[in-house]
Amino acid sequence: MKRSLIGRLWPNVTAVVLFLGFVFPVYWMFATAFKPTGDIVSENPVWFPTDVTFEHFRTAVDVDHFWTYVTNSLTVTVLAVVFSLIIALAGSFALARMRFRGRRHFIIVFMLAQMAPWEVMIIAMYMIVRDASMLNSLVPLTLFYTMMILPFTILTLRGFVAAVPKELEESAMVDGCTRRQAFRRVILPLLAPGLMSTSLFGFITAWNEFALVLVLNKDAEAQTLPLWLSRFQTQFGDDWGATMAASSLVSVPILILFVFLQRKAVSGLTAGAVKG
Amino acid sequence: MTVQTERPPSGPADVRKADDGGPGGQKKRAASRAGALAPYLLLLPACVATVLLLGWPLLKDVLLSFQNLNMAQLIQHVTEWNGVDNYKETLTSEDFWRVTLRSIVFTAVNVVLIMVVGTLIGLLLARLGSRMRFTLMVGLVLAWAMPPVAATTVYQWLFAQRFGVVNWVLDKLGWHSMADYSWTSSQMSTFFVVILLIVWMSIPFVAISLYAATTTIPKELYEAASLDGAGAWRSFTTVTLPFLRPFLLATTFLEIIWVFKAFVQVFTFNGGGPDRLTEILPVYAYVEGVGNQHYGMGAAIAVLTILILLGLTAYYLRIVLKQEEDEL
Repeated sequence: MKRSLIGRLWPNVTAVVLFLGFVFPVYWMFATAFKPTGDIVSENPVWFPTDVTFEHFRTAVDVDHFWTYVTNSLTVTVLAVVFSLIIALAGSFALARMRFRGRRHFIIVFMLAQMAPWEVMIIAMYMIVRDASMLNSLVPLTLFYTMMILPFTILTLRGFVAAVPKELEESAMVDGCTRRQAFRRVILPLLAPGLMSTSLFGFITAWNEFALVLVLNKDAEAQTLPLWLSRFQTQFGDDWGATMAASSLVSVPILILFVFLQRKAVSGLTAGAVKG
Repeated sequence: MTVQTERPPSGPADVRKADDGGPGGQKKRAASRAGALAPYLLLLPACVATVLLLGWPLLKDVLLSFQNLNMAQLIQHVTEWNGVDNYKETLTSEDFWRVTLRSIVFTAVNVVLIMVVGTLIGLLLARLGSRMRFTLMVGLVLAWAMPPVAATTVYQWLFAQRFGVVNWVLDKLGWHSMADYSWTSSQMSTFFVVILLIVWMSIPFVAISLYAATTTIPKELYEAASLDGAGAWRSFTTVTLPFLRPFLLATTFLEIIWVFKAFVQVFTFNGGGPDRLTEILPVYAYVEGVGNQHYGMGAAIAVLTILILLGLTAYYLRIVLKQEEDEL
């Protein structure tokens, strides 16, 4: 099948234009973060930074409480991921391997829970946390983040558990393992890649969460990076260099995870999200 | 199943009874009862979490929506029930209906753009050579991966009034009135940037998953179609499209859910301004509830928002539920 020159050319030209369109904002963030201020506030944009400076990153990192925000974000995110993995591992094993009454209903509940409109429920969550005198604490944040990523984790892990051949488990049990031992020694090691990619998606969700922490934690001591970033620009006015440095700092961990995950991203999200 | 586990076959149990002298049979019966309970025990933590951390906030939202809860009641910790007053006030206010209409139009515009452009890019990915496809994929993944707050901040800078690169380009292209244009100054320009941002962030998911879906279409179908004399367009409408239909349906409804509650982008870009003209329902609920400290009103708006979202996605939810019932 021979196509005309134009027929072969236009998909590639379109692809290049689209590539530039999608990449430019990301590129511009990094480019601005590394440019000296003179190049940022110039009448004509400097498209390629020639003098690289780290001054803006220094400004961003020197902000009061910066390391508190980093620690808070990491603490809340990692704990939420670990909790939801532990809870989901038990649940997904039951859903994938056991037959019992109501199994279908459990799955439907988790599918609906995955679509929960968290952004709309923040007022109720604020009241609950306030009544428990837990405002400005990382505990409610961790618990709610655990729940936000739990349904996805359960449904995705269910797929991974089901993919481990049942015969492996059975032969381990024939060889004298109890069901628990078979799970720990046979299934768990085989699940490692699945656990890895599932937890990374949970990490991204919790790391990016904004609405809840905005409402719950007014104290700087208990805030996370997205909240810090959203206020950064207001505080620093037109210091776009520092603002873009701050954006870069928040984005880099996620960008790295995503590029690393690209392949799994598609199959994982389509298996987990599109199906429910 | 339950009957079987309750009453193990008598033969082996009897043998064991003879061997151990009694308690063995009972132990086995207890063990099998525990076996029947095992799945519920394994699911217990997940269910407790769902009830406490999702069910309770939902219920609390409904309860709050029937209360008169403002700053005074909040400080004094008193509960004042006021029946359906909040709903009456919300549903008769012109603002609420304006915001609702705005949210629906906003969602529709976004979702149509995301689905149409995303599908086209997905089909383009399927047509490209492997090197070019990889390049475009990298671009898409980078846009996809940007944390929403960071992406919004970057768009604020791209569209900044002074030194913003978009205004500079428009000026150079001959649209000189845009040289110092403030994108946050009007309703339409704010929505323009927010929609561009959301579409830019959401297309990669649609495009990449659609491309992944096209790779699962069996090649034989295309061969059969071309044997039957179908051209490129015909084989697209008779093979590709029917194959992708369930996927497109599911993705459309997921995008509706995601865009309808796009709190972060709207709120961080311009705070729902200017003059509250770009508030969509979740932002409206936040501003009324938390911002103006009418928590009961905010809760009522939130409940109505959830109901509207349920209404918009009812068709899809029914399909999902039915599918799941058939499958299991």
